[in-house]
Amino acid sequence: MSVLSSAEFWAFVGVMAGIYTLFTLGLQIQFGLAGLLNFGQVAFMAVGAYTMAILVVKQGWSMWLAAPLGIAAAALAGLLVGLPALRLRGDYFAIVTIAFSEIVRWVATNEDRLTGGSQGTINLRGEGVAAQYNGQWERFQGWLGEQLGIGSKDVVMLLLVWSVALLLLWVAGRLARTPWGRVLRAIREDEDAAASVGKPVFRYRLQALSLGAAAAGLAGLFYAWQFGFFSPDDFQPLITFFGWMILILGGVGRVWAVPVGAVVFGFLFAATRFFDFPPFSYLDSADRAYVRLLLIGLLIIALVLLRPQGILGRRQEMVLE
Amino acid sequence: MFWQLLANGLVTGSVYAIAAIGVSLLYGLLRLVNFAHGDLMALGAFLSYLANAAFGWPMAAAALAGMAATAALAVVCDALLWRPLRRRRAGFMSLFLASIGLALVLRQAILLLWGPQPRSYDVDPFKVYALGDVRLSLAQTATIVVASAAIAAIAVFLARSATGRVMRAMADDRALAQLSGIDVNRVILLTWVLAGLTAGLAGTLAALVQGSFDPNFGFQLLLPVFAAVVLGGIGSAYGALAGGLALGLATELSTWEGFAGGVEPAYKPVVAFTVLIGGLLLRPQGLFGRARVV
Repeated sequence: MSVLSSAEFWAFVGVMAGIYTLFTLGLQIQFGLAGLLNFGQVAFMAVGAYTMAILVVKQGWSMWLAAPLGIAAAALAGLLVGLPALRLRGDYFAIVTIAFSEIVRWVATNEDRLTGGSQGTINLRGEGVAAQYNGQWERFQGWLGEQLGIGSKDVVMLLLVWSVALLLLWVAGRLARTPWGRVLRAIREDEDAAASVGKPVFRYRLQALSLGAAAAGLAGLFYAWQFGFFSPDDFQPLITFFGWMILILGGVGRVWAVPVGAVVFGFLFAATRFFDFPPFSYLDSADRAYVRLLLIGLLIIALVLLRPQGILGRRQEMVLE
Repeated sequence: MFWQLLANGLVTGSVYAIAAIGVSLLYGLLRLVNFAHGDLMALGAFLSYLANAAFGWPMAAAALAGMAATAALAVVCDALLWRPLRRRRAGFMSLFLASIGLALVLRQAILLLWGPQPRSYDVDPFKVYALGDVRLSLAQTATIVVASAAIAAIAVFLARSATGRVMRAMADDRALAQLSGIDVNRVILLTWVLAGLTAGLAGTLAALVQGSFDPNFGFQLLLPVFAAVVLGGIGSAYGALAGGLALGLATELSTWEGFAGGVEPAYKPVVAFTVLIGGLLLRPQGLFGRARVV
């Protein structure tokens, strides 16, 4: 049980929950506020992470310039997808976004010269040279740890990611109560009514999509910094669905439900790692990994059956009128 | 080369088409975006594998057994999961999330039962039929024959049989169909049987054509199948058939040199999605969908 008592491990679980909070906050803006079914959120995460890594490694940019550009690129990608796709009905939009996320992953896998290909960012300078984009970030993390008197890098990361997440959650909560947020919810409830009082529905939706994409881009940056390496395989569609699971687990329509969902999900995901008692101990480690995901699947189903509105959500969001 | 690609496209497209019918009908009837459909197809392929490789049944019998078992499982899932959700009046998001959960359960169950290593059916991989310049393996030939028969049978079933008509009517307008006295639960059950049979068939055929398949291959099939459904118009059964064939042909033919030098084969999946996005921009309601009337 040594892993369970290690601060490092729990800090890691917390960091992942923080990254998922940022990722899902984007979905909350898009779906909770604007009613957009974005099933391709992971693509924006990939765009953010890859833009930053490519600018740092290939162009020699400072990470402090490359990072905001990564977020901007994710937001821009949101605009580019939204311009054609937001003219479609909701369910069609959903499939187009998932198609977009697969296109991004395929391009990242096959355009070796741009992205390092399937081997990931380690090949950004071509094969045989181990490329690194993380030096500046690690130095910053080390410096911050010294200033705060914290020895563990994971704990520093935990503080950083959650400070950013809490700040953005606060901003998003305020944003939801501005006139802008109210118009979005009006569009979500009744598009035609909002249009009939002269609100530019399309433009509002585009803004929500792009803003949510920027949040995913930021999550991509933290993901890249946390691991120091990533490859197209890190951006499987499953990640988007984990985000949706967190959103629904926490509750749709409430900004502060996102971190609750992310923390519960993070701990569930981590906790199933410790099934080392019978009957699980009779299985080898590969089979145990399958059982873990199988149990998570069953848990999702049980959640939908027993508490469809999530932990903090409102029931009427999830049932038919 | 063109004819070879055309034949390959027909093989791929007919597999997509068969799978897409189930997805489209389920969406039309239940407003369910079934994310578990890819894994249902994979399960069908593995159940056929069980009959073919472990019990030594001939491929045709094994495929039929796999289809039947997949349909039975689809019915069980309806009884245990989808019907309780319907009774609770679960909305679109709940159904969608439940199907992700079910997809995880199915895939991990396949991994637990068969392990992650690639499998292949016990068929002769070296037998090749030549028709002019076009060379088709035994698996491809069988797929074309079986798939065209199946597509014709499904189309006739949907067009002519009472059950097929009721299915289409319900997919079109569930409330109206209910009002005209249709036994909704019976139709839903039959739709699950049809969806299970077609998923099992499409999974087995796809596995046969690929040669070797692993438990993750279902999810890779799911996205092009979704694209086919959307391209044809969600909820339209004929649209799903047409969308599947169009997508399969477009994917394969895009690599033809005569077509502006052809696309890198590695980008075939990207072509499928580009066709989808382009198609939707021209016809936002899909090929066979009805435009929204306000």
